[in-house]
Amino acid sequence: MTVFLGLPRADPESHLHGAPFPQAARAAIADTQLRRNLGNATATIRAKRARVVGEVPDWAALRAAGAAIKDDTLARLPELLVQLEEAVTARGGTVHWARDATEANRIVTALVQATGADEVVKVKSMATQEIGLNEALEAAGIAAWETDLAELIVQLGHDTPSHILVPAIHRNRAEIREIFLREMGRVGLPAPADLTDSPPALADAARRHLRQKFLDARVAISGANFAVASTGTLSVVESEGNGRMCITLPRTLITVMGIEKLVPTWQDLEVFLQLLPRSSTGERMNPYTSMWSGAVEGQEFHLVLLDNGRTAVLSDPEGRAALRCIRCSACLNVCPVYERTGGHAYGSIYPGPIGAVLSPQMTGPSQNSTLPYASSLCGACYDACPVAIDIPSMLVHLRSQVPHPAAERAVMRSVAYAMGSPRRWAVALAVSKAGRLLGRRRGRLSTLPPPLSGWTSSRDLPLPPAESFRDWWTRTHGDGS
Amino acid sequence: MRIALFLTCLVDAVVPAAGKATVELLERLGHEVVFPPGQTCCGQMHVNTGYPGEALPLIRRYVETFEPYEAVVAPSGSCVGSVRHQHAAVASGDPALAARAAAVAARTYELSEFLVDVLGVTDVGASYPHRVTYHPTCHSLRLLRVGDKPLRLLREVRGLDLVELPGAEECCGFGGTFAVKNADTSTAMLADKMRAVLDTRAEVCAASDSSCLLHIGGGLSRLRTGVRTVHLAEILASREGS
Ligand code: SF4
Repeated sequence: MTVFLGLPRADPESHLHGAPFPQAARAAIADTQLRRNLGNATATIRAKRARVVGEVPDWAALRAAGAAIKDDTLARLPELLVQLEEAVTARGGTVHWARDATEANRIVTALVQATGADEVVKVKSMATQEIGLNEALEAAGIAAWETDLAELIVQLGHDTPSHILVPAIHRNRAEIREIFLREMGRVGLPAPADLTDSPPALADAARRHLRQKFLDARVAISGANFAVASTGTLSVVESEGNGRMCITLPRTLITVMGIEKLVPTWQDLEVFLQLLPRSSTGERMNPYTSMWSGAVEGQEFHLVLLDNGRTAVLSDPEGRAALRCIRCSACLNVCPVYERTGGHAYGSIYPGPIGAVLSPQMTGPSQNSTLPYASSLCGACYDACPVAIDIPSMLVHLRSQVPHPAAERAVMRSVAYAMGSPRRWAVALAVSKAGRLLGRRRGRLSTLPPPLSGWTSSRDLPLPPAESFRDWWTRTHGDGS
Repeated sequence: MRIALFLTCLVDAVVPAAGKATVELLERLGHEVVFPPGQTCCGQMHVNTGYPGEALPLIRRYVETFEPYEAVVAPSGSCVGSVRHQHAAVASGDPALAARAAAVAARTYELSEFLVDVLGVTDVGASYPHRVTYHPTCHSLRLLRVGDKPLRLLREVRGLDLVELPGAEECCGFGGTFAVKNADTSTAMLADKMRAVLDTRAEVCAASDSSCLLHIGGGLSRLRTGVRTVHLAEILASREGS
């Protein structure tokens, strides 16, 4: 008999890893249109967020409350999840537990098949993207239609999302018009032939296309922004109202939710309903907040509680605060790395600073070893995060867990050795003066050997000084100190 | 006051001018500066690259070297940030060392903090007749929260024409080994920072972190812009034209 002692990590079917970050980033950086789209979009939303956060006098206290509520939830997660299950069941819903992506997909597919439907409408949901639900449904002959406008653009464009909140942030209006004209007719109501790229025209085409989907659908699949343990209430927060259409119209509603989305009581929601919209869209309040507790009459409700690596994150005392994340995407919008590379470079459906933390945590750091380095540790993400996740410190913590390349380890060790005593350090400095002979130009170094050649691809280095500080000090101040 | 200078490995190896300027400035203000010869490095590069085990002896060395002094000053926001935010945490396996590290960290200051908060001066009697823009650097801003202290010091410098840097609080893209491991992203961030510097039409871009200056200066030099990068200490030590 084998005894399983570890915690399950996200399984390979999850959309949590891709190509190594530096390579994927290089391709993104070369795409100037992408960089312009991203730069404009993040700058706009950054300014909006700063303005509405600035008008809340007790933002710091709210932020501390958000962090504290989430920490309390995480500390009592098993008991609160059971409470949630009891409350949902008492109100006519059915709760399912999924260890990983494969299990969650199997549960949802079986639920849809039991209704006899071969189409579902979807509310924008990170959890279902994480597990690759659309692909799993497709393999079972079930078509899943995204109804969030940006998700629709991504889906019709045969693309993947590049931002948590604005999945089509990398597309501009002209590109969207082209996608609508080309694709809408193939899967439903076509876009009008005279479609322009004005935002109202594009929104109108999407509205007509989606209306038909809503009216036809018998099954809807959603995620959840929050779940209240004490009452079994699920909540979706959105801007367009499409989610509400999905939640109310179809006869069967299936919600897939990461187990960390919990808050203990109804009262705790108040804090997050202030933190989330201001941090994410830069609005004082989001236009639509839908809440439902269990099943309503005439409707069947299923809740799938997803682990997929989350308990493994919880088991790491130095990393567990990442589970406070409410997916507001504020950290993406302030991140200078994200702004240049976009979301696809991260290879995971969780991009940006929080993705660089969460993805390796969920898959295990060795599966995602370049992501913890996809940050200059500038700290802008920590300042922006409404639940005060110290992302830079977590990245540093993860860097100590990933496997290191042998050459790098050798360099790091020998530098540490040289710095281990002032005598050895003085020798190293003397040797570095030999660098004065390397590829010089205008009194500066322009070519360094690998692995430092990355530096001189775009930057010169001053020549090592002819007189070291120590020598200067001895000359001017004498030996004793 | 008797002040211990923590030079930092980078200043020691590449840009000793920032260290010399710090000494000259503090001496001119009437203080005694000592240079504890046992010092090497704060260990930040090792911690931040994922080698806390290799950093630990460096942290011990830092603590032992600087423990005897009432104040330690370093011309580097990021090294002071590491001393304050990483040393005790990395040493947490050795509670005695961690406690000593925390005590030394509380007496370790970045130059502008030390001048304004500890010595209580903003006019250091400098003179520097040039058009200067200031890059605040991420670790000074967000780890140390130095705020506008460097700007208050610069505003008192005779002849200095201080011009605001657009997007000043954005990272320049250095990030230690980030500049090498993610060279393309780092370069893209640098390009935008350089554009901002050039837009100011300043002759000099100043900062109080030699690492960021090395990166920005290296890029400006490669593009032959003629704009110089200068450490805050060098400006504050300057008596040019007076
Ligand atoms: S880490 Fe913080 S800022 Fe980033 S998405 Fe999560 S809650 Fe928002």
